Amino acid sequence: MPLIRVELPGHLRTLARIGGHEVALEVAEPVTIARTLDALEAAYPMLCGTIRDHTTQKRRDFLRFFACQQDLSLDPTDEPLPDGIVNGREPLIILGAVAGG
Amino acid sequence: MAGVRLLVGTRKGAFILTSDGARKNWAVAGPHFAGWEMYHLKGSPADPNRIYASQSTGWHGQIVQRSDDGGVTWNPVGNKFTYDGVPGTHQWYDGTPHPWEFKRVWHFEPSLTDPDHVYAGIEDAALFESKDGGTNWTELSGLRTHTTGSAWSPGAGGMCLHTVLLDPSNPKRIVIAISAAGAFRTDDGGATWKPINRGLRSEYIPDPNAEVGHCVHHIAAHPSRPNTLFMQKHWDVMRSDDAGDQWHEVSGNLPTDFGFVIDVHAHEPETLYVVPIKSDREHFVPDGQLRVFRSRTGGNDWEPLSKGLPDRDCYVNVLRDAMSVDRLDKCGVYFGTSGGQVYASADAGDSWTAIVHDLPPVLSVEAQTLP
Repeated sequence: MPLIRVELPGHLRTLARIGGHEVALEVAEPVTIARTLDALEAAYPMLCGTIRDHTTQKRRDFLRFFACQQDLSLDPTDEPLPDGIVNGREPLIILGAVAGG
Repeated sequence: MAGVRLLVGTRKGAFILTSDGARKNWAVAGPHFAGWEMYHLKGSPADPNRIYASQSTGWHGQIVQRSDDGGVTWNPVGNKFTYDGVPGTHQWYDGTPHPWEFKRVWHFEPSLTDPDHVYAGIEDAALFESKDGGTNWTELSGLRTHTTGSAWSPGAGGMCLHTVLLDPSNPKRIVIAISAAGAFRTDDGGATWKPINRGLRSEYIPDPNAEVGHCVHHIAAHPSRPNTLFMQKHWDVMRSDDAGDQWHEVSGNLPTDFGFVIDVHAHEPETLYVVPIKSDREHFVPDGQLRVFRSRTGGNDWEPLSKGLPDRDCYVNVLRDAMSVDRLDKCGVYFGTSGGQVYASADAGDSWTAIVHDLPPVLSVEAQTLP
């Protein structure tokens, strides 16, 4: 099973008590955003509801999904992720929208 | 020696302020959950070390934190608030139907007897409860599905259920308040509810005397007199002596009767505290002077309390859950401001001291009296 790297926003790393910027998760192929989030939430149940809605499973509005220099936020979450994510060369990045002021 | 613990929720984290019974020297711990909005923290009356905290951001939604050691350590518990059945719609700002959508927890009210039993008042307005320490949440849907529910509409701050009063003499009776639907009461443990807004008059709605639609900001009661309720409405300070069946105005000589907080002295059921705010257009105190007003007569006759409070150039607000009292003798009174100050009085309001000056804007203050 591929080991998928996931980079999380700082608030979620604190919430889940994760040291460093990334976690590595075993995800069954074909590796998709939905399956990666399933694995993430299984490993860190306190993250349920913080990235996608509990019921609708829709991405929370102020978060984005980046992979291999692509913004996949608006793509279906059951589409296979790029090879660079599956072979562990790059992380799936879950990013919070910037806030200024 | 007895002590006091203040649970302070702010726009950017939670703080815990502790003192001994003298209430002169305070230790400040925090920020807990730095960077998150902490709408409310409240401890269980049955076990003061059990504390529930509402943690949220627009990015990551709602987290519920629980401490079992008085706020030293915390663990996230359940954060799934799913409306019962098909939620339907309420009225949006423009009068159109709008789906009920969970946004955040505004208020936790732990059971008076069971630390694992806690109520949550949420936005969009509904009441949930957990009987397993916050792990699972169930809606008391008889409130939201009341026949008037589809006509409820949000205030500017959202359609929030912000007040939950448990009756110490009757476990089946709960009073809640919603901005801007009004006050409601159940006498059967939450199965059925009735609006309790008779006597309220609100010029900002089409029918000023309507059954629902009033922007109630907060309700307080003394535990020994659960049928006597005191309300700070958007405008007007109100009183009911029959558990909300009928209200009458007790604003009396207040300089303005707009405001958010209201609370009752721990040992004197007819002694009240409010912080008048200039108007709903100017959410700050009148004349640049921060004043708590106290009534020792259950309303109508109010005296300004100013010793130790700013006399000039002060333009802060005090939000609805940001005042609390302890149960020591003399009664301690506490409130937090939008400017990040938390003020304490160890003499029932006669004099005040700022415990902290520079926290993020304060959303809530709850006092716990410790043995």
